[in-house]
Amino acid sequence: MTPTRRKRLYLVLGILAGVAIAATLALQAFRQNVMFFFDPSQVVAGEVQPGERFRLGGMVEKGSFRREEGSLEAHFVVTDLRGNRVPVVYGAVLPDLFKEGAGVVTHGRLGTDGVFVADEVLAKHDENYMPPEVGKALKKGEPRAGT
Amino acid sequence: MLPELGQFALILAMLLAFAQAFFGIAGPARRNERWIAATAPAVAGQFVLTVFAFATLVYAFVHNDFTLRSVAGHSNSALPVYFRVAATWGHHEGSMLFWILVLSIWTVAVAAFSRRLPRAFQARVLGVLGVLSAGFLLFTLATSNPFERLDRLLPDGVDLNPVLQDFALTIHPPMLYVGYVGFSVAFAFACAAMLEGKLDQTWARWTRPWTTVAWMFLTVGIALGSWWAYYELGWGGWWAWDPVENAILMPWLLGTALIHSLAVTDKRGLFKSWTLLLAIGAFSFSLLATFLVRSGVLTSVHSFAADPGRGIFILSFLVVMIGGALALYVWRAPLLRSQAGFDLVSREAFLLYNNILLVIATFVIFGGNMAPFLSDILGLGSLSVGPPYFNPTFLVSMIPLLALVAIGMHARWKRGNLGESRRVLLVSLGTALVLGLAMAIGIYGLHDVRAPLGTLLGFWIILSSLVDPIDRLRRRLSLSAAVVGMTLAHVGLGLLTLGITTTESARVERDVALAPGQSAELGGYRFTFVKTEAAEGPNYDAVRADVQVSRGDRDVALLQPERRTYWVQQTALAEAALGVNFRRDLLATMGESLGKGAWSFRLQVRPLMSLLWLGAALMALGGLCAATDRRYRQAVRSTATDPLASPARAGSAVT
Repeated sequence: MTPTRRKRLYLVLGILAGVAIAATLALQAFRQNVMFFFDPSQVVAGEVQPGERFRLGGMVEKGSFRREEGSLEAHFVVTDLRGNRVPVVYGAVLPDLFKEGAGVVTHGRLGTDGVFVADEVLAKHDENYMPPEVGKALKKGEPRAGT
Repeated sequence: MLPELGQFALILAMLLAFAQAFFGIAGPARRNERWIAATAPAVAGQFVLTVFAFATLVYAFVHNDFTLRSVAGHSNSALPVYFRVAATWGHHEGSMLFWILVLSIWTVAVAAFSRRLPRAFQARVLGVLGVLSAGFLLFTLATSNPFERLDRLLPDGVDLNPVLQDFALTIHPPMLYVGYVGFSVAFAFACAAMLEGKLDQTWARWTRPWTTVAWMFLTVGIALGSWWAYYELGWGGWWAWDPVENAILMPWLLGTALIHSLAVTDKRGLFKSWTLLLAIGAFSFSLLATFLVRSGVLTSVHSFAADPGRGIFILSFLVVMIGGALALYVWRAPLLRSQAGFDLVSREAFLLYNNILLVIATFVIFGGNMAPFLSDILGLGSLSVGPPYFNPTFLVSMIPLLALVAIGMHARWKRGNLGESRRVLLVSLGTALVLGLAMAIGIYGLHDVRAPLGTLLGFWIILSSLVDPIDRLRRRLSLSAAVVGMTLAHVGLGLLTLGITTTESARVERDVALAPGQSAELGGYRFTFVKTEAAEGPNYDAVRADVQVSRGDRDVALLQPERRTYWVQQTALAEAALGVNFRRDLLATMGESLGKGAWSFRLQVRPLMSLLWLGAALMALGGLCAATDRRYRQAVRSTATDPLASPARAGSAVT
């Protein structure tokens, strides 16, 4: 093998090793860190593993919002409008677009008492007050709701 | 009447774009001089018509012509004139027209400033740009006509989304568009070279300034978007790995790789096919960004409205353009083999490592960005990929990249060892180690291993990039604009690294409930909520809070965050207040009223936040500086003045 060939071989091997390491790390990080989306009906049906961090999305039930006066802790219920309800507790500043009757996506874990402890509340939505995946989750049940 | 004229102009522009594409590509292929000569006038005509169409739309917005759907949907008579102009590109239809305008400006610039290019080559470049332009004009006219009339008369418009009513955001999209549409020029140069079957160092010299200028605008655009997110949208978050942020970061990363790969092609005639691939890649990711933003397939703050029809059109266009370019590549790239070799520690090799790491970073982001989309299509459930994925995987390629930047600048072309530079590198590494540790552990008390590593790398890059320029200045040698530009950009990168490391690891943040008179301690500062008062803006009411910040017994800043309610859409919006100096940013954002006069606040102290903006500004300035280097202008002149005297040129090339 000529020296140039050998150099090229090292270079290619080095690149392959680098790419392989990067791919492995990316996959690992990916597996550990993706968060799945569940709607209230799935949570009520017990599809979520206890302690698993996930995203809960739905509508903020009208009349469900309450907070201790002067305190940050807020309680509200996320519903799919078909009778499945998940109570949520959140202890930080709520986003600008959060309101009752509008769509919401929250990140957090389900407590043993069935209350979803949120560490992040997102109310980014389009002009119909509905994040796309919440809209889809609500639509999903429509035929079933008719029966 | 005027909007109809605008639309008519747009249709004519599309016809001219098709003509430009046809003459530009078929002319050189058939060696038809008259067709080649017809390309540039088509460009000029298209430009005038596009400017006219855009101007009529701006006019409609400024004069509140609510008979137009786009104006009625995104503006309001109470909106200040300045934001009415900005609303022209603050919605889907207008932003597509703006895209076309920007492409047209770039095309005219290529036609005007590259008259010294060989005529056939220039026609090919313009022809490829014409294909792009025709595609986007067809798209706009067919699916998103900004001049569409409403069938009923509205008394007033429904207003521009309040979060878009902001200074940074009025210039962020233009900068961004000028940047990523600008990569179309590099793409067109690449396609033209492949059509011609010839790519030499002169080609790289022509392409470089265009690519660098586009990259500069993209840098500014991303920085402005980040700045806007920082104080307007993200409650202090300057980068959220939002799908659309990722979408513009990918072309930036590939564009950065392209700039460096072009340097090698220019100086040594190497990496030819790789450079072509990157030029195709950078623009493909720009198109992908357009697709992601405009089709609304991603859940994001940026995608105002989802429309699958539009998405499918852009996706097909994307497939045709990228597929066509790649097919051309497969066909032609074997003709463009480079002969010279290089060593594993030469400048070329370091630039190659830089490229590989940037491409890996791009694909890592691409994977994370597209996974939710794919999982959704394949019915595997709706998932989201956030910072916990992006942060570590991005760092995996960025940390070695930063180290290689510091080393690579001292490597010589072609040579197989670092030679006397080794001493310089060790001294700068040692100094950076001391400074980095002192800063991370001594000043900020950070013990997470990433913090000292980040500050070390930041200092190392800065020191290492200053060595050569300072040495040259001391010996009273001149510095070329290219070297000054490179130094500025690398120092900027170093400052950016220092800023990101420090602000992300040493920031403190707290959500608090405060009643008037109460205060909260944060990072050595005391934030006291004094009072609230009513305030009124041009189109909103607000509650404004006075938050007095003190350190010890000295008052350092009065922050006045607002909570605004915009009249038309009745949406609430928190307007953060910033107390900025070089050492740190103080941030107060106002949440909602908690009853009994209490309000919720998010308070933050972010050390060295300004370094982020300073770093990004230096990088952009460096790009601008490098693009003005005399070599680019001279090179074009010398090849173009005597196109027929090739024997003489071959002779002079040896010397």
